[in-house]
Amino acid sequence: MTRESFVAGLRLGIGPGAATFVLGVSFGAAAVAAGWGAVLPVVSSMFTFSGSAQFTLVTTLPTGTAAAAIAAALLINTRYLVMGIAINDSLRGGRWWRAVQSQALVDASFVGAHDGGGRFDVGRLVGMTVAQWTCWVTGTALGVGLQPSPDLLERLGADVVFPAFFLLLALEEVRSPRAAVALVVGGTFSGLAMLFLDPGLALLAATAGAAVAAAPIHRRARGDVGSPR
Amino acid sequence: MKAWIAVLVVTVGASLMKALGPLTLGRRRLPDPARRVVSLMAPALLAGLIVVELGGDGLGGLDRAQVAGVAVAGIAWRLRAPMLLAVLLGAVAAAALRLL
Repeated sequence: MTRESFVAGLRLGIGPGAATFVLGVSFGAAAVAAGWGAVLPVVSSMFTFSGSAQFTLVTTLPTGTAAAAIAAALLINTRYLVMGIAINDSLRGGRWWRAVQSQALVDASFVGAHDGGGRFDVGRLVGMTVAQWTCWVTGTALGVGLQPSPDLLERLGADVVFPAFFLLLALEEVRSPRAAVALVVGGTFSGLAMLFLDPGLALLAATAGAAVAAAPIHRRARGDVGSPR
Repeated sequence: MKAWIAVLVVTVGASLMKALGPLTLGRRRLPDPARRVVSLMAPALLAGLIVVELGGDGLGGLDRAQVAGVAVAGIAWRLRAPMLLAVLLGAVAAAALRLL
């Protein structure tokens, strides 16, 4: 991990960080409305640092048992099992140090740190995550303090921010026919899974799109599996 | 108290999910077929995230203004708008549609 790649990651993290900030405001307000008080939302954002899991907890805890809410929140994070395996070859050191480095995994960083061909720049990964973590925690604190209504945030188009960022990251990531296949098949699998399964499993189903795109039948496709940035 | 315990359990669980691969694999390299899959993981995962974000509950929660806003952001980016500006335009488009 070099200082240059870390700084590059910080810069790259500003865009997703801005989206994370908006979502953080929304999470902070939702958590206070759900009776979490002022401290727990910020503590959760500092240590859990998973928007999807935190939102799932906030919305499911008041309506069901704690066990069901925890299961739903963990289910939505199962994609990190796959991402942890994916990034392991690019990590350095023994298994415990690798496990520490893997804590920097979040969606946008996983994509932004990808150099192509299954290689990841760990410095860039950490830099991007530091930027997003800062924005996520700050946004949560602001949401706790201001408590804007979810209706206001939606009227301002805040719900567009995250999927729009994911779309732009996807458009940047599609640099080969195989990547395009992975995108289309992953989206299709996820959409089909959404009809019957929990969103967490639908996300996991999307990763199967990568397996389909990498299947030997596509070997003759030009452009192979992505080129280094 | 229930919320504090739930947050603690989810924090530990989420952390373990990230660490499980590196903890079990250590310095062992992935075989070539698995590396090929890994190299295509990012676009597949992004597609899933977009679908889940837009789909709502079982795809029943599709919001036309949100979908249109995301499309506007994509078009703006294709027309060489910087990423942040493209997203901002998408949010403004969705907000405008909701005003109508």
